[in-house]
Amino acid sequence: MNLTELLDVAAAEKARQRPIKVHCCTSTGCRSANATAVMGNLQQAVENENLSDQVEVIGVGCMGFCGRGPLVQIDPQDDLYEEVTPEDAPSIIEALNGGSAKSIKGDAQHPFFARQMKIVRQHSGKVDPERIESYIALGGYQSLFKVLYEMEPVDVVGEIQQSGLRGRGGGGYPTGLKWATVAKMPGNQKYVICNGDEGDPGAFMDRSVLESDPHLVLEGMAIAGYAIGANHGYIYVRAEYPLAIKRLQKAIQQAKKYGLLGSQVFDSPFDFKVDIRIGAGAFVCGEETALIQSIEGGRGNPVPRPPYPAEKGLYGCPTLINNVETFANITSIIREGADWYASIGTENSKGTKVFALTGKIRNNGLIEVPMGITLREIVEDMGGGVPDGEVKAVQTGGPSGGCIPASMLDTPVDYDSLRAIGSMMGSGGMVVMDHTTSMVEIAQFYMEFCRGETCGKCVPCRTGTVQLYALLTKLLKRQATAADLEKLEALCLMVRDTSLCGLGQSAPNPVLSTLKYFRQEYDDLLVQPAYLNGTSSAAEAVTL
Amino acid sequence: MVATTAKSASKDQAPERASKPSKDVDRRLKRLDITMKRNQYKGDALIEVLHAAQDAFGYLEEDVLVYIAQGLKLPLSRVYGVATFYHLFSLKPTGAHSCVVCMGTACYVKGGGKVMDALQDELGIEAGETTPDGNVSLMAARCLGACGIAPAVVLDGTVMGKQEAQQVLTEVKRWENG
Repeated sequence: MNLTELLDVAAAEKARQRPIKVHCCTSTGCRSANATAVMGNLQQAVENENLSDQVEVIGVGCMGFCGRGPLVQIDPQDDLYEEVTPEDAPSIIEALNGGSAKSIKGDAQHPFFARQMKIVRQHSGKVDPERIESYIALGGYQSLFKVLYEMEPVDVVGEIQQSGLRGRGGGGYPTGLKWATVAKMPGNQKYVICNGDEGDPGAFMDRSVLESDPHLVLEGMAIAGYAIGANHGYIYVRAEYPLAIKRLQKAIQQAKKYGLLGSQVFDSPFDFKVDIRIGAGAFVCGEETALIQSIEGGRGNPVPRPPYPAEKGLYGCPTLINNVETFANITSIIREGADWYASIGTENSKGTKVFALTGKIRNNGLIEVPMGITLREIVEDMGGGVPDGEVKAVQTGGPSGGCIPASMLDTPVDYDSLRAIGSMMGSGGMVVMDHTTSMVEIAQFYMEFCRGETCGKCVPCRTGTVQLYALLTKLLKRQATAADLEKLEALCLMVRDTSLCGLGQSAPNPVLSTLKYFRQEYDDLLVQPAYLNGTSSAAEAVTL
Repeated sequence: MVATTAKSASKDQAPERASKPSKDVDRRLKRLDITMKRNQYKGDALIEVLHAAQDAFGYLEEDVLVYIAQGLKLPLSRVYGVATFYHLFSLKPTGAHSCVVCMGTACYVKGGGKVMDALQDELGIEAGETTPDGNVSLMAARCLGACGIAPAVVLDGTVMGKQEAQQVLTEVKRWENG
């Protein structure tokens, strides 16, 4: 494969495409709302209406508005239909022939769509994730060609550094710096790992990207491989995402067939093969050292850093680990340039971020917004606020993040501002809560999660989470005293400061942030110690 | 504990212990062999192999763990350690039907917990258990990533969105009545 051939594939695909494209979402969310049947009926209707030479029905990835699926969108008219039933689907095609559609017509200009800026999700909902030609027709794999033939590895690293891209997995470590570190390490064998172990409950950005546009991630990984000098990559995906795994397998096969992965990519001396590793349900494997253990076939126990994976990672070799969303940004940076990317976002947080907006909110689904947008704009304008009620808190960062009270909704969304108020960007889960949610129960919910997911290697995390959970349960049973609350706080700080890895260090965050902003709810649950109630004898009081 | 019993079992049951069992077991072991061979019997393929074994047998019984340990030339303790570390591997037989309730944050906020409570009451078991007659296994998922359609429930592999306790109970009762 060379550039001419690639452009030929793109041209042939464009010539094959019909002028009117009916996009039907076939991602997990819409699928469970019967999208497969909707798509079948749409295809049948195209034949019935004799429109086959003008209209094509394409199964695409996520369009974002998951709460109102199955979604059907028509280009070039840009008509959007929501909650399409298999029965109503044919009427959408009939409408193209002058009939009237029975399905609910959505507002494609709604702030939910209009306020978005799509880089990671640029092709989601347009590209057919099961056909590489569809991706190539949208300019796919041209960035990879560009780096292989027009750029030196060191320039690629420089470009990423200049773009200001930071790791999208939650930590926000500068991506370019990580690439530069691995690139500088000696040794012939290096690895690229894509972390798709999206364990945060309430987050599904990575699933959506992998299901909707797998080649975007593969191309990003190959570019990274060239930049750091690695010839082998792994994608670690949760077993809970079967559709993402299936589409990735297909994508890898297709890319290999075209000579875009495997030996001598684009007929250059660069080899890059990609293997999929499937997780088996362990949240801690999202931590990079645990993930490496898991790829090697072991228990997902984190190991102390340093040495960092950049020096000594998979099989003891220098390893680059980035999140799915980070890799999905790479092709655009190469194509449009680092300066373009750096012009988006805030001073220290560049580019866009994908969020899974869920919970008690009118419009839930996936959104991609430029960094620096305020939480209020996301929740109230795009999300449409809470149905019958008001926002009480917004939870970001999953079990490692915190709850942000409604009074702080004007906080801009970027790594540093969120950290400053006791939460974190996290991988992108954003769960909106209203007055019906008790903050102490939410803290208990997350602690139950961490208690179940701790790997058990270090004591503060293993026993600390159990004790914290017990204290929170005691509070909710209205058996805890002020002394217990003090103990809870002290233990939180201890677990945070002494745990081995990120899971333990951040496990107390939901408790600490709710204590900070919703202390009244904790106080309301407290009871007087027994000896002050006058119900116990003086002897008991002494033993207390 | 189980690891040691499995170890002693391995002594009386040589690797060729598969020589006698029914054709069915034979075929399933063959699937396991193919997976190990495809991974060149490398120890780092352990998780893949365990996935394949669980697909074939439904759960990971001791004999299967012993067989894998011998195939991949790994200590049984390592195989057992990995099999018990990951939530998706089950060392006990699962029910004929499976019901997974998502307990991720979005589902929880929208009432996933209530669905779970109702199911536990109806079936008389806790999450992670199987009814005594082996008919239904009830499980809690950390997050299915289907937060847009919360609360989500997976009934025999089919994801169902926006579920209410009553809806799920109706489905589960259908299983109970055969």
